[in-house]
Amino acid sequence: MKWTRRDVLKGLGGLPIVGGIWWAGAANSLLSSQERSEILAQLNIEPSLPSPIQSIDGPPIRVGIIGFGIRGEQLCRSLGFATKEWLSDMEKEAIENSKHTALKDFLSTDKLNVRLVGVCDVFDKRAEKAINSFNTEENKIKRYKTHLEMIESGDVDAVIIATPDHWHAPMSIDALNSNIHVYVEKPMTHSIEETYRLKEAAQNSSARFMVGHQHRQTLSFKTAQDIIEKGTLGHISMIQTNTNRNDDNGAWNYTIEEEANEQTIDWNQFLGNAPNVPFNQEHFFRWRKWWAYGSGLSGDLLTHDYDRLNCVMNMGIPGSVIASGGIYTHNDGRNVPDVMQVNMEFPDYNIGSSQEKGKEKGMTFIYSATLGNGFNRPTILMGHDATMELGNRLTIWPDGSSTKYANLLEANKMNPSIPIYQYDPGANIPDSISSATSQYFADKGLMWTYIDGMKVDSTYLHLREWLSSIKNGGELSCGIKEGFEEAIAAHMAGLSYKLGRKIEWNSIDEVIIPIEGVNFDQVLLSNV
Amino acid sequence: MSEITNTRSLRGSIVLLRVLIGWHFLYEGIIKLYNPDWTALGYLSSAQGPFKQVFYAMTNQSFIGWIDGLNMAALIIVGLTFSLGFSEKKGAFIAIGLLAMYYLAHPPFPWLIQINTEGNYWFVNKNLIELAACLIIYQYPTGKYFGLDRFFKMNKKENK
Repeated sequence: MKWTRRDVLKGLGGLPIVGGIWWAGAANSLLSSQERSEILAQLNIEPSLPSPIQSIDGPPIRVGIIGFGIRGEQLCRSLGFATKEWLSDMEKEAIENSKHTALKDFLSTDKLNVRLVGVCDVFDKRAEKAINSFNTEENKIKRYKTHLEMIESGDVDAVIIATPDHWHAPMSIDALNSNIHVYVEKPMTHSIEETYRLKEAAQNSSARFMVGHQHRQTLSFKTAQDIIEKGTLGHISMIQTNTNRNDDNGAWNYTIEEEANEQTIDWNQFLGNAPNVPFNQEHFFRWRKWWAYGSGLSGDLLTHDYDRLNCVMNMGIPGSVIASGGIYTHNDGRNVPDVMQVNMEFPDYNIGSSQEKGKEKGMTFIYSATLGNGFNRPTILMGHDATMELGNRLTIWPDGSSTKYANLLEANKMNPSIPIYQYDPGANIPDSISSATSQYFADKGLMWTYIDGMKVDSTYLHLREWLSSIKNGGELSCGIKEGFEEAIAAHMAGLSYKLGRKIEWNSIDEVIIPIEGVNFDQVLLSNV
Repeated sequence: MSEITNTRSLRGSIVLLRVLIGWHFLYEGIIKLYNPDWTALGYLSSAQGPFKQVFYAMTNQSFIGWIDGLNMAALIIVGLTFSLGFSEKKGAFIAIGLLAMYYLAHPPFPWLIQINTEGNYWFVNKNLIELAACLIIYQYPTGKYFGLDRFFKMNKKENK
């Protein structure tokens, strides 16, 4: 055969096209990955791996749950005990929506070496619900009328406290005094005085004490720690963190169950040290709305954000706090604010700087909350060199006037509008989240974290760390030190809101600086 | 009809169409080939429409690596057959299958929320149009006019 010049041109005409495309695709990919590697090498950020936990060997730890309400049920689930009602609801959800994996996630979670041996709840219905679901041949569970009865029974090694806030410290102290291990929900305490008493009890007890800030297990926060320690953001002068909710559940207007009455609820025990008022269903189910039992936005939700950042930045108790707000969106008889702004000053905060020595020092932490709008305002850490958005994902943008990145910005290798780092351990994993409030917690990294791309309940990890330390010892990520800082910071915010003035901390004597003629605890607990 | 299809200008247009589609596929394939982080997981797990369950099933951790590899290989094969002009019928067949899946994973039906689309579509989108174009390539291979098939075909003629 004979090929003409025309044949060769027409036959092989596609080759240069293929070559060109191949070259362009490869070059573009490699160039962008090279630029990325260059930036990443400079940042030198190491995404955190879950810390190894020693196994919980030996005889199972005998756990009692005190308070089997909404949070109590969730905690038991993380411990491996789900109610029959929940299991059947989740089964239905999974049939309706194949992305709803709550049941699958629960069943696939490794079982902890525990037995749930006791429940204590002042509401018969709740206590019976626990017994009805968890009482089996292998796991006998008993109801205790009071927490003391449970602690003194000799049948429990550890208690989980998920009661209203005004019971957190009294129960924790009683348990610790009997050397029973404690996992208590946040805020750790309800008043300033008991914060110190609980600290002492924890220090004097041989039992392990953990505060339920489960987000300390979130991998993105551990990575954020590394980022901040390495000075990636430069000097951080401001943090903005927010609560935005706009639904009944988020405003603590939980369902009032019809079975609740004076026969089915031990009202006096519910009241405890709170002012004596006649039986009130609203107070029982929606206790977060009153200072007598709860701590409002400052104790309930600010504590999440404060501890999240204290975990990342280790900034401790603020030098001073000023707060303001009001009841603007749910004027329904509550006395805790539903809109609140808290400014915490950390005048000495300094983790190093990219500028000349002495120029930068100090930081303001701004917490801004509303229960009347659900627009997601992310948590932002603002440094001289970069800005970080912190949640379950984290993203870093360089600052246009950064000193540290000046050369890279000049060379157009960095651009203030393009993130230089993104950490999303659960990238592209489809999630199905049921309500606005759970979305709120999920976005903040408070519900779960990702390990090797698998969604893991952070409460489970937090409980596991506590249980493991009961058997094996070791540091706890949210022990009495962290709990003390969280409680004092929250109480300072509550006091400032109530008094309308600045509350200051004396870090040497470790006391809130007194104000003449003001009894702080009286103010904090008063129903005004 | 045969008069029209035989015209050189139509043949030229189809060659152009073929090369452009090949270009598009090849570049997409190459970009994925050189990006170790690329995965179809996000596209599949956000699937909508009547076949969404099928696409969700593909996101299973034990399949997704295969799905990614096959998608990349299919894109490059189509790209090569179309731009080089050989085995275009096979290439077009693969392209039609691939585009049908892209279309069905995120169909532009008015009752579904359109995510990450750069235009406005009502039942018809660019995937569907490209699919229709591949039907033409399938029925009217042009490799023997412009492409490696020119040599294969000549060889065949000589062998006879």
